[in-house]
Amino acid sequence: MINLTINQKPYSIDADPEMPLLWALRDLIGLTGTKYGCGVAQCGACVVHLNGEAVRSCVTKVSRAAGQKIVTIEGLSKNNDHPLQLAWNEISVPQCGYCHSGQLMSAAVLLRENPNPTDQDIDNAMAGNICRCGTYPRIRKAIHLAAELQKKEREAK
Amino acid sequence: MIMSIILTMVGLMAFAWHTGNRKEILSSPVVVPIKKDSIASVKAFEKVYRVLMSPRCMNCHPSGDIPLQGDDSHLHEMFPKRGKDGKGLFAMKCGSCHQPSNTPGKHSPPGNPEWHLPPADMKMVFQGKTAAELAKQLIDPKQNGNKSMKQLLAHSEDGLVRWGWQPGEGRTLPPMSHAEFKKAWETWLNNGAYAPKSKP
Repeated sequence: MINLTINQKPYSIDADPEMPLLWALRDLIGLTGTKYGCGVAQCGACVVHLNGEAVRSCVTKVSRAAGQKIVTIEGLSKNNDHPLQLAWNEISVPQCGYCHSGQLMSAAVLLRENPNPTDQDIDNAMAGNICRCGTYPRIRKAIHLAAELQKKEREAK
Repeated sequence: MIMSIILTMVGLMAFAWHTGNRKEILSSPVVVPIKKDSIASVKAFEKVYRVLMSPRCMNCHPSGDIPLQGDDSHLHEMFPKRGKDGKGLFAMKCGSCHQPSNTPGKHSPPGNPEWHLPPADMKMVFQGKTAAELAKQLIDPKQNGNKSMKQLLAHSEDGLVRWGWQPGEGRTLPPMSHAEFKKAWETWLNNGAYAPKSKP
């Protein structure tokens, strides 16, 4: 059995250690917010956080995640109120939406490490997340908005 | 008489030149081994250079801040950036895709636990360097990651260096075996780490 902590909850799964984490998340645990895109770390649809860092779960083996802290889109916030989620909603960023759990998880790492990102910072952080619908301008706009929301949130505390 | 004066002057100039060189070597923080054979050293470096300029080595020693990729050393897809520590930026860190081992299949990310570029404050560029430039760079602690001669010698067994000979599916190997490379590396260093002459 392999022990994982996902969204602050402990899970014990009977899985091959070589299994991609994405398979475990979706098929064994039932967290289907994380999407399968390319399977070879080329698109970013499957990004989750492993100990706070963005990883592509399609190529991350369960063995790498064992005993570590994983956060998926379902655990990004308690009430879908992460500044990025609010901004995504405000601007209606997604078109088909398939890539957006990965987009949000990547953007969350950016905002944590750089609370006031420039356009270049956003490009540097998000260049590995592909959107077939081409929502990139709205993604950029929403990240800037989320940065403002995050700042206000912190000031209010 | 004239001949003896000329010979004395040549002798003095040769001494001065030799002393100057020795001063340069002695002032270097790298401990240069006593045994010196510039011909054997330079000949060995020819082999070393061929390996270091092969895609498996050079791709992570780019002249810019984006790693290279593939046997044609094109810019890495998605343009991940070096970052301060050489491990990428934000959600585009090396470890986001590169796992502790190679991911199976063509065009899948190669992997190693230490996957990274040289850091921003010491980029250790291979791309575009001549053999002479690279040889001098490699033995200069200010440009080689603060490595002593002992550490340089050991570097041929570094895990990420060794990865070059186990690069996963679809990637060509360096132009000689690791054992042959290691022998050339040690021969180059142990014989004085001479740099080939710069081409005019």
